[in-house]
Amino acid sequence: MNINLTLIGQLLSFAVFVWFTMKFVWTPIMGALETRKKEIADGLSAAERGQHEQELAKERAKDVLHEAKAQAAEIVAQAQKRAAEIVDDSKATARTEGERILSAAQAEIEQAANRAREQLREKIGRLVVAGAEKILRKEIGADVHQDIVTALAKEI
Amino acid sequence: MSGETLTSGEYIKHHLTNLTFGKHADGGWGIAHSAAEAKEMGFWAIHLDTMFWSLLLGALFLYFFSKTAKSATRGIPGGVQNFVEWIVEFIDSSVRGSFSARNTLVAPLALTIFVWIFLQNLMDLVPVDVIPEISKLLGIHFMKVVPSTDPNATFGMAIGVFLLVLFYSIKIKGVGGFVGELTLQPFSSKNPVVNLLFIPINFILEFVSLAAKPISLALRLFGNMYAGEMIFILIAIMYNAGLILGLFGGVLQLGWAIFHILIITLQAFIFMTLTIVYLDMAHHEH
Repeated sequence: MNINLTLIGQLLSFAVFVWFTMKFVWTPIMGALETRKKEIADGLSAAERGQHEQELAKERAKDVLHEAKAQAAEIVAQAQKRAAEIVDDSKATARTEGERILSAAQAEIEQAANRAREQLREKIGRLVVAGAEKILRKEIGADVHQDIVTALAKEI
Repeated sequence: MSGETLTSGEYIKHHLTNLTFGKHADGGWGIAHSAAEAKEMGFWAIHLDTMFWSLLLGALFLYFFSKTAKSATRGIPGGVQNFVEWIVEFIDSSVRGSFSARNTLVAPLALTIFVWIFLQNLMDLVPVDVIPEISKLLGIHFMKVVPSTDPNATFGMAIGVFLLVLFYSIKIKGVGGFVGELTLQPFSSKNPVVNLLFIPINFILEFVSLAAKPISLALRLFGNMYAGEMIFILIAIMYNAGLILGLFGGVLQLGWAIFHILIITLQAFIFMTLTIVYLDMAHHEH
């Protein structure tokens, strides 16, 4: 238990150890700890930001979906309206067309009937004339009807 | 047990003698062969065992910690790095808790003190005869393995701390401020003559409290470790006193060693905390 030079030796080695710790132990470890702390804080705040953004996006998605649904409903309504219109239109067109065809057919029928009637009339005329000719051939001669002939001749 | 031919008194004395290198009475330099011879060497001698073990432990600490610090990643730390970071953060929070000024020296200083003293104290848990017996085989007759049971080691650190306290006191408060702190309080008066009379009284009071800082630091650690070591030595004596007492000694040694784990940690922690507090006081006017 003598106090001697060991005291100075211990004092010096203590000083060197403290210096060494400061330079090669404390600074790098605290540096690593600080960096990690900062990185964790950054990560946490990024996560929070991400969550916030996700919430916003969800909200936006809801809005968009809502809008899309409304739009779709509108489009369907419009399409139905348009379809009804088209159906109505085509019905109208079909009716007028039908009427047109009908009237054309009637006109044709009428024409054909007229034509047939003409032909019939002509044929009957001819038959009548032929029959009359046959009947007349027996009774008529120039001598029998001299008076009529002379009367006619006079009129000329 | 080294007690084949030694009495108990000699055994204890042998255990408490450092391996001292110094100047013999006849003028030659060499290792002291007895406690009396070591004492005669006076101040110009050095305790080789204290120096060896404290430097070895310090180097071990620095090697281990600086190696970890060098490879410290900011990613997920592994086992060793985790352990080192745990200690570093413990020291850091202690320093933050007790030290309010800004000084980058204090935290590394506290870390060095804590770990180094802890390791020195830890040597106390090695059974008292193991290392001395081994060194005896190597031809070394004295071997005191716990550096903190050598007052040179504890005073070395305490004086180091004290020099820092003085340095920062003067640096922060100036020579005038520091001298004023020593002489103008706790007693002061508006009357300048009375104030002048108070100066020596104040100085005596303040000087004692200032000088008490390193002395109490050093003696607290030394006293605790020395007493602990002494109890281990006394228990070791029981091994020579028959089977029953020997077994009883074994139980006692185990118990005391377990209790001692608390003491060695506590002493390292107290030394560190008081150092931080003293340096904090040096940074503040009061």
